[in-house]
Amino acid sequence: MVYAFDYDWIAQYWPVLLKGTAITVELTLVGGVLGVALGVACAWARAYGPTWLQGIVAAYVELIRNTPFLIQLFFIFFGLPALGVRMGELEAANLAMVVNLGAYSCEIVRAGLQATPRGQFEAGASLGMSRLQTFWYVVLIPSLQRIWPALSSQIVIVMLGSAAVSQIAAEDLTFAANFIQSRSFRAFESYFVATLIYLLLAILLRQLLRGIGWTLFPKRAAL
Amino acid sequence: MSLIEITEVKKRFGSNEVLKGINLDVDPGEVIAIIGKSGSGKSTLLRCINGLETIDEGSISVAGAQLLPDELHLKALRLKVGMIFQQFNLFPHLTAGRNVMLSQMVVKKTPAADAEAMARKMLERVGLAQKFDAYPDQLSGGQQQRVAIARALAMQPIALLCDEITSALDPELVNEVLAVVKELASEGMTLLMVTHEMRFARDVCSRVVFMHQGRVHEIGPPEAVFSSPQTPELQQFLGVL
Amino acid sequence: MNDFTTWDIVRNLLLAARWTIVLSLVSFMGGGIVAGILLFLRIGSSRAGRIFVQGYVELFQGTPLLMQLFLAFFGLGLFGVNVPAWLAAGLALILWSAAFLTEIWRGCVESIVRGQWEASSSLGMGYVQQMRHVILPQALRIAVPPTVGFSVQVVKGTALTSIIGFVELSKAGTIVTNATFQPFTVYGLVALIYFCLCWPLSKSSQILERKLNVAHRNH
Repeated sequence: MVYAFDYDWIAQYWPVLLKGTAITVELTLVGGVLGVALGVACAWARAYGPTWLQGIVAAYVELIRNTPFLIQLFFIFFGLPALGVRMGELEAANLAMVVNLGAYSCEIVRAGLQATPRGQFEAGASLGMSRLQTFWYVVLIPSLQRIWPALSSQIVIVMLGSAAVSQIAAEDLTFAANFIQSRSFRAFESYFVATLIYLLLAILLRQLLRGIGWTLFPKRAAL
Repeated sequence: MSLIEITEVKKRFGSNEVLKGINLDVDPGEVIAIIGKSGSGKSTLLRCINGLETIDEGSISVAGAQLLPDELHLKALRLKVGMIFQQFNLFPHLTAGRNVMLSQMVVKKTPAADAEAMARKMLERVGLAQKFDAYPDQLSGGQQQRVAIARALAMQPIALLCDEITSALDPELVNEVLAVVKELASEGMTLLMVTHEMRFARDVCSRVVFMHQGRVHEIGPPEAVFSSPQTPELQQFLGVL
Repeated sequence: MNDFTTWDIVRNLLLAARWTIVLSLVSFMGGGIVAGILLFLRIGSSRAGRIFVQGYVELFQGTPLLMQLFLAFFGLGLFGVNVPAWLAAGLALILWSAAFLTEIWRGCVESIVRGQWEASSSLGMGYVQQMRHVILPQALRIAVPPTVGFSVQVVKGTALTSIIGFVELSKAGTIVTNATFQPFTVYGLVALIYFCLCWPLSKSSQILERKLNVAHRNH
């Protein structure tokens, strides 16, 4: 018997898919912006912060990078309430993504900082810039420019990884596909369509990040 | 009959014509220095003779065999003509001895024992018999370049192409490499070398080719070329030096 | 309700962790074999082969692993009657790993400088001989650290197979949580076990990388 593919249900369920897509996009935007910000802060702390802070950040980065996102998510959503920290599934999903991307982008940004020649720092200081000014203009911006491609692919990876948040009932795109397949009994088609949407999102996100790179660092050719 | 015959060779990179019709015949045992400014096409010419670049027009033949861009003809040509590069290009994962043995074994199917004997002989010829088991990163630049020469010689070529083989070396290492080349020349090896070592060209070469803007601009024995350059371009080039 | 001692929890989790390890090994090695084939198509001379592999990589790196697991699970279901979760899990993880390993290894092959190709050409070697004797031996050396590093991603990736019902460490965590109502302890322990599996791999990747860089500087 040949399996008959059936996509008629899409007409009926597209608002569900659309809502799920919107939530995935929202999670990615919040996770991306806050995650990179956390990563930059951690990279700064590891490079120039006090020793005790360096230790804490190092432990955080190693812990996150060596455990699955799914378990981080479960720990935050199911485990933390034992400590009295309760949150909704969307908040938990957002938090998990920020914490996850923060650790990865910390390592990426740190690699960029380490590639900055020492002379740059001294040149900044000799021009009378403060430590923070030097860090921002002379060290951080060129570093970010250098590691922007790596950071971009990490953000895409986190977006794709966000499919796991459906497991704590955050109503993202995967949740929508689960919901549709349970109603329409068209499992393969539901996940196939969701997969295509993810692929589209990944392509668009990559383009967006490339555009942001061009806007933030207009003189790309210089490096 | 000439050993290497280069006839009306043209080469373009996109819209940029690098070689604009080169004619050059090289007799057996000749040592030819090719000089000229960077961008004059001298390296490209050598790379064409070895088939690393394909030519757009004209013909190149070595010992009567035509250079054609298919794998079989190329291989036949490369067995006749060895090449030494500016950056040595030794295989970093193999010892000096293995570097010299590898192509004998995989290209000529020489048995390992014979290949090793040949490798030892060639390394001795370039003065590095004791470095058989050293890896390239344990050797100085001059020693690496000498291994590269031994590697090319082990294939028993009838001519050797040298592409600025001393340009990447520290000044104090240049002479040990040039001494090896001089030795080869005195033994009758046919040599085509792109070089900036004018004194070496004057002392060792039978003819000097001055290339300018993709053409052979002046050619002659070293005394003539260096002592009484005919064209203003060559006069300027020699004056600049 | 709390008949479970901490030891009971740990024991159950460790027993399940065996399946995490087995699945990781199978996926990593299977992925490596598939990636080897894809790599040859990718750097080979056939245009169709190159485009196919590019598309393959784009597809598997551009979609969530979880979706790939679902599609393998329900896709295989279209052919057979009943698909065991381990089969779908293994298949999806092998194909997913292959995409990433292909890209990693391609980068290594392409990082071999052009002079190595030219020198071996000038000595009369053909493409296969160059690959076999000159390019691949060097590329493999460079490839070791990132390949070991990627094995961490594979171990973590296996966690998602719990969602299609494969009982490994993560699934065991959920089952034990439902029995003990101690999510904080259980998921904390699960994370710890994953950490013990992954951290040595991450660390050795870093150490290998540093060694390689030192070796390179000696040139």
